Amino acid sequence: MSLEKQKKYWKENLRYLAILLSIWFIVSYVFGILLVDQLNTIRIGGFKLGFWFAQQGAIYVFVILIFIYIRLMNKLDKKYGFDE
Amino acid sequence: MSVQNWTYIIVTITFAIYIGIAIWSRAGSTKEFYVAGGGVSPLANGLATAADWMSAASFLGMAGLISFKGYDGSVYLMGWTGGYVLLALLLAPYLRKFGKFTVPDFIGDRYYSNVARTVAVFCALLISFTYVAGQMRGVGLVFSRFLEVDINTGVIIGMIIVLFYAVLGGMKGITYTQVAQYCVLIFAFMVPAIFISIQMTGNPIPQLGMGGSVIGENVYLLDKLDGLSTELGFAEYTNGSKSVIDIFFITAALMVGTAGLPHVIVRFFTVPKVRDARKSAGYALLFIAILYTTAPAISVFARVNLIETVSNKEYTSMPEWFSKWETTGLITFDDKNNDGKIQYVADKAENELTVDPDIMVLANPEIANLPNWVIALVAAGGLAAALSTAAGLLLVISTSVSHDLIKKQLKPNISDKGELITARLSAVVAVVIAGYFGINPPDLVAATVALAFGLAAASFFPAIILGIFYKRMNKEGAIAGMVVGILFMLFYMMKFKFDWFGGGTKEDWWFGISPEGFGTVAMLANFTVSLLISQFTPDPPQEVQDIVENIRIPSGVGEAQEH
Repeated sequence: MSLEKQKKYWKENLRYLAILLSIWFIVSYVFGILLVDQLNTIRIGGFKLGFWFAQQGAIYVFVILIFIYIRLMNKLDKKYGFDE
Repeated sequence: MSVQNWTYIIVTITFAIYIGIAIWSRAGSTKEFYVAGGGVSPLANGLATAADWMSAASFLGMAGLISFKGYDGSVYLMGWTGGYVLLALLLAPYLRKFGKFTVPDFIGDRYYSNVARTVAVFCALLISFTYVAGQMRGVGLVFSRFLEVDINTGVIIGMIIVLFYAVLGGMKGITYTQVAQYCVLIFAFMVPAIFISIQMTGNPIPQLGMGGSVIGENVYLLDKLDGLSTELGFAEYTNGSKSVIDIFFITAALMVGTAGLPHVIVRFFTVPKVRDARKSAGYALLFIAILYTTAPAISVFARVNLIETVSNKEYTSMPEWFSKWETTGLITFDDKNNDGKIQYVADKAENELTVDPDIMVLANPEIANLPNWVIALVAAGGLAAALSTAAGLLLVISTSVSHDLIKKQLKPNISDKGELITARLSAVVAVVIAGYFGINPPDLVAATVALAFGLAAASFFPAIILGIFYKRMNKEGAIAGMVVGILFMLFYMMKFKFDWFGGGTKEDWWFGISPEGFGTVAMLANFTVSLLISQFTPDPPQEVQDIVENIRIPSGVGEAQEH
């Protein structure tokens, strides 16, 4: 297995991590904490939006993020022949 | 049939199932004892991880805590789920590829140093013991309230059950009992939540009912609760009262701490391949999220129900559950103005009622007048949650002793059989110590559990992350980082929780960060020290750098597994 290939694989992996972790940070720390008061002025049904992100929305996004990661990485493994 | 009889029946059935599974899946080798032979399917591992992770604190404690804290309680919801994103993306796949048995194993090998290994063992033991004492307490609480046995007898019964399947089955036995325990606990959590959601909002899905409107009234449930709260002088439920910076740091400490907890990390050593490790992290969070998105709904229902049942009502007209909990001392009423009515208000001088948040989940079905079998089910679910976590922690303790201390350091020539016996003996000792702390809990159980997260965040997380993502991180940097992180965390906790080093009050907190949130600061200190020291000390040897290259590539797990 060539070193070049490994390096490229690792770089793409890091790019995925950066994107996914930014979303992770935004839904919890930004929407649920830092901007919670601003978002609370928006309402969805009985929920204030900021409160909803902090107690519900962030968790749903976390689950989705991991499953997207699984898909991306399975594809990436295949592309580089690291799947088994 | 009475609640007590129902509880006896359901608890006996579930315990019989756990013991049956333990006998069927007992461990024959150290590999089976430590990592269930490495052949667990991702789905089973996801279920087991969920049960392992969700402790008495998640099942019994969290919804009650949120119920009293409102928005401020979000730190637990985001913190204890968001950590799984870190775990899935940054830790699990690489540690699985590395393919050893324990976290100290990784630290010791990656940092080519038995000092690093020993520091890691110390942290793992400290974290796990503080955590397990809380679980035993939870077992005792359920037994004493629902089976009306003495709390100590409850702890001892719990010890015997855990002892049985942890010692016999090791990781293999624990894994399959945890799968069963997940099913019991999630069923027990959801049934009352659905019942109450229908009762209050007409919506069978609690996650939606929470945002729905109250049956028979033209008002949203959350608005009603905000109104009730402010009327009694409490903070608005959906706004809370903690500072933004504190909420931020506590959430981060809980997330990072979650990702650094050894009993969670080891679960990812039990699956066959790297892709299975990723997948089981996904399943684990999915199964955890079912409970974690329901819990805040329960908090709202319970809070509204409690206020409506007790506020300004005659003490003599209180329902049966009220007096039953009063006898445990977890609800107390003190009629300060002698009017025979219960004044439940924020103002401490006038407030006459104290309710321990720990009882809310257990009392909730009774407050809502649900059938007796539902109440019994919740008791069995609480036991499942406490026992499954206790077993996972005990395994970490026994593995740390038999594998990381004895096999890797004191007696490397020990046979597989000898090591297995040592592992079982350490499990027995660990159960006895945990039971002792369950019966004689330190006053500071809650404080020390928070300390466990802070310690995991301050010690393991940076060392593991840098070990994977920074090839040039060396032993000097990692050891210095871990030691500084732990000591820094311990210092802050002792200063502000135990009043050492001059003590201090809320006003003296650095930057307004509470001890619960200080794990984040200690973690940042660990990262800084590690990186700084590594710049001035020699690079790690080439073979260690090769290991790092190797764990970044998912294929070829088989070779890495060989010792």
